[in-house]
Amino acid sequence: MTRADTTGSAPGGSGTSGIRRGVSLYSFQEEMFLGQMTVEDCVAFAASIGATGIEVLPEQNMPTFPDISDAEIARWHAMLDRHGAHFTAYDMFLDTKRRKDRLMTDDEQVESIVRDLTLCNRLGIRTMRVLVFVRPDILERCVPHAERLDVHMGVEVHAPWNLDHAWILRTIEVADRLGTQHLGILPDMGIFMKHYPPAFRARFEREGARPHVAQFIVDSHEAKIMAEYTIYDVAVTMQGNPAEVRMAETLRHAPYANPKRIGDYAPYFRHIQAKFYEMDADCTDPSIAYDEVIRELVRVGWQGTLSSEYEGNRWIQDAGPVDSREQVRRQHVMFERMIAQAEQGLL
Amino acid sequence: MMFDKYLIDAASLRQTGPADAPTGFAFDARLGYYRGLGLSMVEDLELAIDGEPIAREAITFDEGPGPLSLDAMETAWDRRWAFGAPATIAVALPGGFPAGEHRLSLRQRLRISYMPFPSFNRDEKLITL
Repeated sequence: MTRADTTGSAPGGSGTSGIRRGVSLYSFQEEMFLGQMTVEDCVAFAASIGATGIEVLPEQNMPTFPDISDAEIARWHAMLDRHGAHFTAYDMFLDTKRRKDRLMTDDEQVESIVRDLTLCNRLGIRTMRVLVFVRPDILERCVPHAERLDVHMGVEVHAPWNLDHAWILRTIEVADRLGTQHLGILPDMGIFMKHYPPAFRARFEREGARPHVAQFIVDSHEAKIMAEYTIYDVAVTMQGNPAEVRMAETLRHAPYANPKRIGDYAPYFRHIQAKFYEMDADCTDPSIAYDEVIRELVRVGWQGTLSSEYEGNRWIQDAGPVDSREQVRRQHVMFERMIAQAEQGLL
Repeated sequence: MMFDKYLIDAASLRQTGPADAPTGFAFDARLGYYRGLGLSMVEDLELAIDGEPIAREAITFDEGPGPLSLDAMETAWDRRWAFGAPATIAVALPGGFPAGEHRLSLRQRLRISYMPFPSFNRDEKLITL
């Protein structure tokens, strides 16, 4: 018995577009780490807000990984069924540095990826998130296995990369050359960071960044100045303290790519990691250009899941308790609003 | 910088060995990472009491199957520290953890394959046994 995500109308979807809503279990890492929520609690919450698509990280959510029994897989599906939820994607990892004395050989890398493809297939999941650092030539060797197991390998386009980055284009070239439906990309919305996250700034100020230096860095990001200029200005010219230098260095990983390009790549991805660091009380994202992205996705008729990936906990856990559920709830209020507006041509 | 303030479970600290002549102490610790990690990639667990480093050779780690030295962890291919799971860190120290209030600090260095540099996570707890 498998439960796989299929396109078309289903719970968690919207009106005319094929965009569906889901959550990565990654979003609840704080509460799961502390034992305050079980995996089922997370799935139940997601289903309660109409985010019935569940992205799973077996290396986080399955304690006996990589040894997962058929009985455990059956328990997962029974649990998903109880809540009207379904798997959307499987997040894999590749421990190339497993050994201290050498990297994994190419054969070992292929073997590890095939192990994940096999487990992904056993779980009934048709989309696998591939870490961006995995080499395109390794993935080329995995394509026959992905086709046999009917799993789409999506290379995560994650900051500081972008859709048009030469490294990403290498995977696009392999997919085109092989004419395969089982290799492509998986965009992480952190590549569309339009404004510097207030949560990052607040954390660095708690660590000792002076407000005028923090503002300089925020203004530099707003002006889209190349990171290296700002890093030098802060570290040398302004004689920045360690917190200020660390804050400036985050600019290397805080890109704003052109959201219009996402439409051009729609044939290569079926799942999006909806990265976010914080939602305001009025259910808006102060940092990521979701309005521009969703407008484009609806315009080109993209079908797939917007899968919440809340990553704000590590930025605020020093200052107090984290409420991942409220953050995810707010993001989905925003998704519902934006998708509906885009469908009506009003976004 | 993940889960730093939760790494040391201060309430779990206990003496080890004979009650009247402790030979060391142990406490529960968690991995500062959003997924589990094979032990071979837990490069270092640096401990200090009041800033005084504890010798690496005095430390053992056990996520369940049995204690390992930090050197033995390098080739423990079949062992894994699961996400959010407490593991026992034990220290050989004549007399055990000192009496009174002392600062126990832990720095984990993890070898994360997709990162160009190691991952460091740090926690400090003031503990009175």
